Amino acid sequence: MLKTVRSVSIADYAKSGVLILPLLSSRKRKAEERRGKTVRKKGQERLLQGNEAIVEGALRAGCRFFAGYPITPATEISELLSVRLPKVDGTFIQMEDEIASLGAVIGASLAGVKSMTATSGPGFSLMQENLGFACIAEVPCVVVNVMRGGPSTGLPTSPSQSDVMQARWGTHGDHPMIVLCPSTIRECYDLTIKAFNLSEKYRNPVILLVDEVIAHMREKIILDGDKPIDIFTRVKPTVPPEWYIPYEDTPTGIPAMADFGEGYRYHVTGLTHDTRGFPTSRPDEVDAFIRRLFRKISQNFTDMQMGEVFQTEDAEVAVIAYGCVARSAKRAVIDARERGIRAGLLKLNTIWPFMRTQVEKILHTSGCVIVPEMNMGQISREVKRVNKGTAKVFTINKVDGTIITPQEILGKIREVC
Amino acid sequence: MSYRYDIRLSGSGGQGLILMGIILAEAIGLHDGKYVAQTQSYGPEARGGSSKAEVVVSDEEIDYPKALKLDLLVAMNQKSCDDYYMDLKPEGILIVDSTFVKQVPIQGAYQIPFTRMARERFERGMVANIIALGAISKLTPIVSPKAIEAAVLARVPRGTESLNRDALKMGMRAGQKAKKLAASSVVSLIENEDT
Repeated sequence: MLKTVRSVSIADYAKSGVLILPLLSSRKRKAEERRGKTVRKKGQERLLQGNEAIVEGALRAGCRFFAGYPITPATEISELLSVRLPKVDGTFIQMEDEIASLGAVIGASLAGVKSMTATSGPGFSLMQENLGFACIAEVPCVVVNVMRGGPSTGLPTSPSQSDVMQARWGTHGDHPMIVLCPSTIRECYDLTIKAFNLSEKYRNPVILLVDEVIAHMREKIILDGDKPIDIFTRVKPTVPPEWYIPYEDTPTGIPAMADFGEGYRYHVTGLTHDTRGFPTSRPDEVDAFIRRLFRKISQNFTDMQMGEVFQTEDAEVAVIAYGCVARSAKRAVIDARERGIRAGLLKLNTIWPFMRTQVEKILHTSGCVIVPEMNMGQISREVKRVNKGTAKVFTINKVDGTIITPQEILGKIREVC
Repeated sequence: MSYRYDIRLSGSGGQGLILMGIILAEAIGLHDGKYVAQTQSYGPEARGGSSKAEVVVSDEEIDYPKALKLDLLVAMNQKSCDDYYMDLKPEGILIVDSTFVKQVPIQGAYQIPFTRMARERFERGMVANIIALGAISKLTPIVSPKAIEAAVLARVPRGTESLNRDALKMGMRAGQKAKKLAASSVVSLIENEDT
């Protein structure tokens, strides 16, 4: 039985059905069928790759601009969007590099278009500068990072989870960050929509952190279109242009955002700015600005923290995992239960902000926690940070470019029990 | 009780293994209606280098998406055959492209020269993967010939449908023949034992 953690909203998304292509009228469809074309019908099952599901999710969320530079294992996102975006009056640009890609995305977003880019580790490193710009200028955008082995060019075609900390702290300076991590094809779709919603809602970049296994894996997914889903679009100013204060401090901490070209003239800069957008170094203004950036995220943790628990009620040993490793972990937990070991699983769909409340609960109830991940210990570090001696924390770190197997996790479960 | 059926298609880059995996997954998942997870692993080279595609089939949602112990291994070159035959279950099926696989490590493997057939009959080595899919549909219980045909025709580029249909049929005939041959060799083995 799979139960959703309280204060988690992914279930709402999982239930939401989606229409992926404009439905053809029945007469047109019949004509197409006569000509032997495969026509996608409502509610039809499809076999989609993670990257393809991300594209479907992005289009569904209203993404109409993509600028990127192809890189394995994220290339399929660019490929597919270059075909799909023009059909929905969107724009696709292949830029000269990843620095320019995110620059173009920020520009498009400032003009009011939901925008996205997709890359892998080496490109993600190049994007860090502009990622910081998006944070300080509070420009909504979605960055997909399909992780591969690193550092540098690393292992282009092999999976890894080693960008967890880069996603959080890759760009310099204090900044909040929202990072989501899918482990199924369905979640690729749902979390992409969620990523757009969160970025629009909180005016912050959102990173979708995917690993190569999930990005290239194919599973069945039903994109059944009719049911409405939550699509959030940035709040626009209701005041006349001359009254508009672009970085006004509000109770939510999220100022209204005007589209460029609408007559609301304001200044966008990477320098720390005052409420009107002009550079400032006055300590009181700087302090208020940085604190507001953090406040807009931290007072809404429950809206963005998503995960799943599996058989944790009576677990004596719990596994905390994310991405493709969560799938291995689930198999290991099932196998452990068959052997009479009370094991459980907490799957993280939100990596940052770190799901402290849920992790603390698991640490308290099980007393023994295993964190398997395909890096030298990035999330386990966070788990140990919030642990404060309440539980024993064990790690499995695999950095050879292959996925952690259920046997490896089961072995650890049996070892620590 | 749920089951898992693990398939690995292996060979070198450029032999069309990943497309084969996708078609097989679509046939089983969309046309035969089971749960599937298809994954792949390949090197940075466009051609050459080792390449494999895996398909896991189950009657419930699949957790671990990679193949564990293999029910079916298709090896399109010698290296992949040598590397992976150890992962086969005792009752697992091994199908090799005998154009490239000269040494078969275990008894009872089906040896069909997919690439040679593709070159001789169609003058195109690249349909070897489709011929292999035809053979798989006859040699294993996991996918029906009808489903594989529908999946192949839905995936291949326009204008190549008849070529691919012919290749598929050829594979099915080859599979049928290999099966009969294997059955008769078992019979002859038993007969030999008796005498």
